[in-house]
Amino acid sequence: MLEVRNLHAYYGKSHILQGVDLDIAAGEVVSLLGRNGVGRSTTVKAIMGEVPPQGTIRFKGQDIAGLPSHKIARLGLGYVPEHRDIFPSLTVRQNLILGIKDPRRPGKWRLQEMLDMFPNLARRADTPAGVLSGGEKQMLTTCRTLLGDPELMMIDEPTEGLAPLIVQQVGELIARIAKAGVAILLVEQKLSIAMKISNRVYIMGHGRVVFEGTPEQLKSNAAIREEWLEV
Amino acid sequence: MAELIVISTLNGVLFGMLLFLLSSGLTVIFSMMGVLNFAHASFYMLGAFFGYQLTRWIGFWPALVLAPLLVGAVGMAVERYGLRNTHKHGHVAELLLTFGLAFAIEEIVSMIWGKSPVDYRVPAALDFPAFTVFSTNYPAYKIFMLVVSVVIFIALLVTLKRTRVGLIVQAALTHPSMVGHLGHNVGRVFMLVFGVGSALAGLAGVIAGPSLVTQSDMAAFLGPILFVVIVFGGLGSLPGAFIASLLIGLIQTFAVALNGSLASVFGPLDPSLGASPLTDIWNVTIAQIAPILPYLLLVLVLIFRPMGLLGTRES
Repeated sequence: MLEVRNLHAYYGKSHILQGVDLDIAAGEVVSLLGRNGVGRSTTVKAIMGEVPPQGTIRFKGQDIAGLPSHKIARLGLGYVPEHRDIFPSLTVRQNLILGIKDPRRPGKWRLQEMLDMFPNLARRADTPAGVLSGGEKQMLTTCRTLLGDPELMMIDEPTEGLAPLIVQQVGELIARIAKAGVAILLVEQKLSIAMKISNRVYIMGHGRVVFEGTPEQLKSNAAIREEWLEV
Repeated sequence: MAELIVISTLNGVLFGMLLFLLSSGLTVIFSMMGVLNFAHASFYMLGAFFGYQLTRWIGFWPALVLAPLLVGAVGMAVERYGLRNTHKHGHVAELLLTFGLAFAIEEIVSMIWGKSPVDYRVPAALDFPAFTVFSTNYPAYKIFMLVVSVVIFIALLVTLKRTRVGLIVQAALTHPSMVGHLGHNVGRVFMLVFGVGSALAGLAGVIAGPSLVTQSDMAAFLGPILFVVIVFGGLGSLPGAFIASLLIGLIQTFAVALNGSLASVFGPLDPSLGASPLTDIWNVTIAQIAPILPYLLLVLVLIFRPMGLLGTRES
């Protein structure tokens, strides 16, 4: 479904991505792991066109490298950015409404369904989203992207700065999305959720992919974990 | 005194609402693009001249609708073919573009319509006194201007708060790229906002033209006051722009109407002091310093509250 070949990206003069290759099949859950600053977030930003990409990015067979992000989103690629980017002055409900791409053609997810799933959001449906806690913001932004009916969702660091109990809830939500048949590219630093729900994992180091395999293969490969993940 | 207060309040609110028609667009455009549009007052002037010309050809009422639409189209073209292309070169390039555009529009207007005021008159249907306060006849046209401004203000508020497009605009004010990631065409939203902002400025020109003076220097005259309004209200804040517009409108109108000076309060200076700069300061009236009051306010705001009344950013 998503095919990335020899992807390069720069921030000013620094060469951040140095030839990233990755593949995600329909319905697959894939995690992109690695230490801070190895280019995981830049990879998804380059795919969405937020950082100018060089190389090949194909989504459902169509070349999307450098397309404006709204066109990429409309092809069915959802993106939940690292800092959650909720619209703080809009209410929770209005935030969710903006996730719907075309109100005349509703997708398979319903706004009410999202509110039923998260009583905390439902209770605050009509308050400005800026007052939500970190975990609630993560649920909100994930639900918002889900309402756009993506076939593949790229979720960047969803558990960053969250308490262990909330991390577990975020994990459950992602597992639920995956069960509904949506492919997921999960960018994470922690292994906990990634190892539990992924079909495959990639590990990045120095701007390229340094390991690709199943969670079991990673578990049994202490050398790789030590070299590229452990601090 | 009561008469002066009533008339000045009416005039002040009217001038304030006119300012708001201009400052609302300017401040929203600033929020979205991070660029102060120096040509915004020029769109106001274009509105007045288009209104004048169309009134001569097809009458005032069609002109009232058509002229703002034309100005809006010009604004959209400026965004689409000018600002969008300069955007990648940074804010300075965009700023210079709008700066140059303001001069270009002024020159073009004076080439077509000349430098002296044109004969843009209040339409006959509205050329009568609406009511008499004490001894002053208050013109119906001014009431008409007030009604148009208030209607536009309400329409703007409802559109922003109650419609989907309004939500997208509000979201794009703070997180434009996230709005794009959700599948909304941010470029088109920007163009639309620029178009609507210019059209509102144009509308202000069409209705203010007959009441004030329609002349090729009217943009240069109003532009600086507009900047005072949006800096005072807080760059990017619509409620701030509203409060600041009314406040500046009222302050200016009241100041012009007041003839008080230090001499009238404390009595004339002792003639034995002779003529000195102090005598001038003593005798200067509030009406005389009215034109500099907004700028004085600007300086004070920048010193004591740089983000403006309701602004959130420090710049």
